[in-house]
Amino acid sequence: MKDPSDTRSSKMMMLYDPRFRSWLAQALVLAALAAVIGAAVYNTAHNLEKAGLTSGFGFLGEVAGFDISLTLIDYSRASTYGRAFLVGLLNTLLVSGIGILLSTALGFIIGVTRLSPNWLISRMAAVYIEIVRNIPLLLQILFWYIAILNPLPRPRQALDLMDLFFLCNRGLIIPKPVWLPGAGLVLGALIAAVAAAAVLVRWARHHQMATGRRFPAYYVSTGLIIGLPLAALAAAGFPIRWDVPTLQGFNFRGGLTVLPEFIALCLALSLYAAAFIAENVRSGIMSVDKGQIEAARALGHRPGMTLRLVVIPQAMRVIIPPLTSQHLTLVKNSSLAVVIGYPDLVHVFAGTTLNQTGQAVEIIAITMLVYLTTSLTISFIMNRYNIRHAMRGA
Amino acid sequence: MTVQWTPKPDLPPPPLDTGFAGWLKKNLFSSFWNGLLTVAGLLIILATVPPFLRWALINAAWVGDSREACIHLGEDGISGACWVFIKVRLGMFMYGFYPDAERWRVNLAMVLLALAALPILMPQAFEKLRTALGFALAGTIAVFVLFGPGPGAAAALLLVLPFGLPHVRLKAIFEKVDAQPSAGLAARAAALALAGGIVYAAARGFEGNALPGPLAGVFIALLLGLMLLDRAPAAAWQWVFLFTVYPFIAYVLLMGDAYGLAYVETHLWGGMFLTLVIAVIGIATSLPIGILLALGRRSTMPVTKTLCVCFIELIRGVPLISVLFMASIMLPLFLPEGAHFDKLLRALIGVSLFYAAYMAEVVRGGLQAIPRGQYEAAESLGCGYWRMMGLIILPQALRLVIPGIVNTFLGLFKDTTLVAVIGLMDMLGIVKTALADTEWLGFPKEAYVFAAAVFWVFCFGMSRYSMHLEKRFQVKRH
Repeated sequence: MKDPSDTRSSKMMMLYDPRFRSWLAQALVLAALAAVIGAAVYNTAHNLEKAGLTSGFGFLGEVAGFDISLTLIDYSRASTYGRAFLVGLLNTLLVSGIGILLSTALGFIIGVTRLSPNWLISRMAAVYIEIVRNIPLLLQILFWYIAILNPLPRPRQALDLMDLFFLCNRGLIIPKPVWLPGAGLVLGALIAAVAAAAVLVRWARHHQMATGRRFPAYYVSTGLIIGLPLAALAAAGFPIRWDVPTLQGFNFRGGLTVLPEFIALCLALSLYAAAFIAENVRSGIMSVDKGQIEAARALGHRPGMTLRLVVIPQAMRVIIPPLTSQHLTLVKNSSLAVVIGYPDLVHVFAGTTLNQTGQAVEIIAITMLVYLTTSLTISFIMNRYNIRHAMRGA
Repeated sequence: MTVQWTPKPDLPPPPLDTGFAGWLKKNLFSSFWNGLLTVAGLLIILATVPPFLRWALINAAWVGDSREACIHLGEDGISGACWVFIKVRLGMFMYGFYPDAERWRVNLAMVLLALAALPILMPQAFEKLRTALGFALAGTIAVFVLFGPGPGAAAALLLVLPFGLPHVRLKAIFEKVDAQPSAGLAARAAALALAGGIVYAAARGFEGNALPGPLAGVFIALLLGLMLLDRAPAAAWQWVFLFTVYPFIAYVLLMGDAYGLAYVETHLWGGMFLTLVIAVIGIATSLPIGILLALGRRSTMPVTKTLCVCFIELIRGVPLISVLFMASIMLPLFLPEGAHFDKLLRALIGVSLFYAAYMAEVVRGGLQAIPRGQYEAAESLGCGYWRMMGLIILPQALRLVIPGIVNTFLGLFKDTTLVAVIGLMDMLGIVKTALADTEWLGFPKEAYVFAAAVFWVFCFGMSRYSMHLEKRFQVKRH
């Protein structure tokens, strides 16, 4: 108390107090952030005013006035920008969905092949993985589109398979099913079959738990799902007609045209993602302890049963988290569609719409929000799955 | 009466179980299904490899320097690659539109980078001081012979100086004033400011451009390093030089407009050179930013933590292309009117912030794997936060996540191709330009196969290097 510099040193002490320092640092960070955001908002408002633009989402109701080459819902030049946004979003979801299905199937096949005791097959899978993984996806998309699909012959010299499928520089033209009245019955039968199969599998599990006897639920339900709609088809007198494409003049009439952009994007996305998924599958299967397999065999399980009851459930726990992140990456990578002109969300909305309206801030924000929502939703679901199924104890 | 029992000699193994035949039986035809798979695999190889080799090697046109050399390829159903196209346009693929006469500057920048980075990337080969010094001297002499005296001096500054600095005792000069802490600080600050000012003034007198600022900055960074890293070994100085002196030399070399070098605007940069510029800068910036973000995310300060979490999750949830669009379309809107922002710089900011978020998650994985005891031990030794992180936690955490870090680098390297979407002339952008040339229409396969091969070599090399690193650190970890 006799020290005259006591008050001064207590002030110095406060500077050395970690709690005080942390709050000071955070306050400074917040202030800096607020200043940057404030300046950005002020500048943006000023720049927009200069350019004669009004901000807001009113433009979504205006007439778009441009065509889109692939539309899953009704759309024309006279539709609004909001409708164009929906069309783009659906196209993104379409290509992502098909890409996810193809890449997962291919990835599992290649991943298992990579572990095959067959030297040649395992090497081939390794070569595929090493080549595809190490080449940029954008280059692969452009390769398929510009180097492979574009130089295909014109419709008149199209490569054709059994006069049903045609491949030319306009894309792949396939027969299109036309549903006649009565087709609803088939759809109903399919839904009923799927529901019945789900109930059956659940019942079979309970049945095995209770009695120890196995019921071949998977075979029966596969039969149900295939058989029931076929039976309904026959009962309704085959209410389906195939619209087969035919060459007329310089182009095909009828049939369903799969755009070359779509083929290129789907191929590149699935082949690329499959290489990564194959590696995930491989590491997942290898993570299952050898003792587990030996124990299962010692208990008298046949190899198939061992695989289904012991290896796959444990491998899936390791595979699923990276697999979902691959799927998320695929959804985000589908935005590369913009370079080959496939009308996805980025191309239709952040490209054409932005150029026409100039509403950069709103459009980029909406686009980012869409991807963000998709990602966060899928990660949320995956986290729930992880909490339920993650390795316990350990 | 004892009978000597002599065992009969072993029967030789069945001929099908040894040697080449045994290998075939074991690995390819162990069962009926495996045999079938082998045959199917052979068929696939036969269907793909020979046609590709015929196209790429046997039927290909290698000699010539005009389109005439490839005219015959389309006829008679001969399909072959026209490598003449690649040969003629090779300069463009590598340097973009960088002026012909100035391309040696790009080469020099790359050579210097390789010379400066090699001892850091392969430390075990340069463990002996004599080898390392010999390598630096040889590199300097090679640069001097190949590029001339100016570049030779730059190489000496970059490569040889780190070996001299450990012997400079700058701290000793300040030791006398260090009795009074505030006086010591003031003396250091004054010395720094004075030295920076002198360099700034000298550089300003040298030429009237934007150079003095960065020059003084590099000088101050060096001096600061000298004060902090007193008695640091040459290896540490090599790191410091790679991050302070090299960027400066590269900037002067590539941009020019200083020391008599002509100014080359960034919109002329292109090809593999631009890809490497983006990749190297992205790699060098995304790791430090990512580490800071990861530390922020694990920090106990609520504001910092929230900001870092929001940034990381936001960036990881959107595609790179939208971040690049944002950087190229929205950034100019955010800036005051008339502020010019280089397009390349905008793309660089986008790429490095995007990958910093991914890097942060990788580093966080490493931080979480370090047991609590390590943190507690560091604290009980009296380490502050930065000392604890820098000397104890991060070295262990980063070592654990080397594969993840290299994977992120690989992703970054491959995704540099996306800058072509916002109009930069990187490898893919330049390929597109070359394909649009009316003189050389119709060779997209050649161009894309060539670009793919170049990217593949880089990426494959990087992944092999990461495996090598993993192995090296595993041995040390017991």
